[in-house]
Amino acid sequence: MSSRTLGRSAGVTNPRGPAGGAGRKPPATQRVFGKNPLGALLSAPYLLFVALVFAYPLIFAVYMSLHDYFFSAPGATVDRPFVGIDNYVEALTDPEVLRSFLNVGVFLIINVPLTVVLSIVLATALNRVVHLRAFLRVSFYVPYVTASVAVVGVWLFMFSGGGLINTVLGPIAPDPSWLINPTLAMPTIALFVTWKQLGFFILLYLAALQNVPNELYESASTDGAGPVRSFFSVTVPGVRPATVLVLVLATITGANLFTEPYLLTGGGGPNGASTSPVFLMYQQGLQQGKPGFAAAIGVVLVIVVLIIALLQNRFAGGKEQ
Amino acid sequence: MAIRRRAPGELSRGQTILRGVVLGVGALVFLFPFYYMVIGSLQTNPDTSIGGIFPNPANITGENYVAINERINLMTGLVNSGIFAGAVVLGTVVFGMLTGYALAVLKWRGRGTVFALALLVQVVPFQLLMIPLYVMIARDYGLGDTHLGMILPYLINSTAVVIFRQYFLQIPKELFDAARIDGAGELRVLWQIAIPLVRPALVTVILLTFIGPWNEFLWPFLITKEASLQPLAVSLANYISTVAASTANPFGAMLAGAVVLAAPVVILFIFFQRFFISTDIGSGVKG
Repeated sequence: MSSRTLGRSAGVTNPRGPAGGAGRKPPATQRVFGKNPLGALLSAPYLLFVALVFAYPLIFAVYMSLHDYFFSAPGATVDRPFVGIDNYVEALTDPEVLRSFLNVGVFLIINVPLTVVLSIVLATALNRVVHLRAFLRVSFYVPYVTASVAVVGVWLFMFSGGGLINTVLGPIAPDPSWLINPTLAMPTIALFVTWKQLGFFILLYLAALQNVPNELYESASTDGAGPVRSFFSVTVPGVRPATVLVLVLATITGANLFTEPYLLTGGGGPNGASTSPVFLMYQQGLQQGKPGFAAAIGVVLVIVVLIIALLQNRFAGGKEQ
Repeated sequence: MAIRRRAPGELSRGQTILRGVVLGVGALVFLFPFYYMVIGSLQTNPDTSIGGIFPNPANITGENYVAINERINLMTGLVNSGIFAGAVVLGTVVFGMLTGYALAVLKWRGRGTVFALALLVQVVPFQLLMIPLYVMIARDYGLGDTHLGMILPYLINSTAVVIFRQYFLQIPKELFDAARIDGAGELRVLWQIAIPLVRPALVTVILLTFIGPWNEFLWPFLITKEASLQPLAVSLANYISTVAASTANPFGAMLAGAVVLAAPVVILFIFFQRFFISTDIGSGVKG
């Protein structure tokens, strides 16, 4: 008897003892929302939030990019004609836009491999450390948890013309200095972002390293592999899923680049050498009132990122079926 | 411990030293800019020589903090950042926890879809949403230059929803069933059984959701034009990009502002760093 009650009440909303009525049809709410309608009720605020802040703007972005959308006074009804792919054609033939995509390409080529290599090496080194573990963890994560705007301040100070870095480098300091040098501006930004984000990726790798079975290291060791050999034949393949995640996330972060060129190089200088697509979206869409054009840049950017992410998944994700 | 001598992957002396050097150099590279930020914020004249790395009693001053406070009101900025981050934490803890609970414990139609949404939302890049969100919130809803407009797109952190779900899943089902048999309603099960057991997740989530909006620049920058409503990250950025040149010691003042912006998060992080990994719920709940 008691076991029957237990089995029956396990998922029922509000069991009122054995007298709860056996064999009765479930109420309408349960037929629509499933066994436990309270679940739908508790999730309703979140669903509303996702619909309002993600789903609708996503559709709205595509709509905007296909129309001659412009700002108007609130309440005024204006005609925003459908223009097809005009915004896309304009975006893809605009040299400034193409330049910004090239800049992000340079950024990603430096940032992504550097991030993967440094974070896997530092995570592996940190993984079995006993002494000073908490101190090392805090120091590795601290740039990640600090506001970009704050650390940009000190990088500006260090990398300015007469700054500490150039003082240390002395005669081999680049001229013009880092952030005002057309060739070096984007690599310096890539270096900054790598430094800033590395802690997060170390965290991801540390979590992944816990899932590499110890037996693999043991058998590698029995087969005579030293630490370097087992790093390449056990650790690196063992954390492959994390590597795919790191590649994809680093690419998405890189494509979102805005704060750094806005502040480090005064809005994409010198001469557009460090403009990012998101910076152009801000400039064109909100400052110059061409939201349709900006939305088109956004859609193109997201499609490019998606393609890169799929390729990364395909080539770094391994050959498993 | 007995097998220590033969432990797999055991490093030789040279390799241990190499690892120590790698970790030490790493820590130095990560920490030095923070140290240099504090030193720079206290210098009367910016000293970029190598000697300037060390504090020089003849060149120390608190003037930079006064100077930056005259340009951007630090207190107003901190209060606005606090309102922004605090509201996001509150929204995430309340609505995120309810959703996480519903996804992990309750069986209802559509919960698979909602969980998939929570994962999907995290990979939607903000740059695509930026323009339409600005049009909706600032133009259509008239929420430009309000705290509400600033908070709205961040109100519920989806990562937190997933973390909460994960923690609720770890609680043995028997605990909930036992309470239900004792006659507790679902809300009471949530309030008296589930929430007390996910406290460690609560700390992780609060830390995680606080850092995001506190550091966020792009969205509050778009939505607030009025200085009295700007979070500190935005007002400091405006100072860096526009008025820095007109201050006697621009770097000193900039770094003083940076220290004020960074300090709350860095201190919080140092205190709670052990929660910055997925802590296990412990085996205390196993009957």
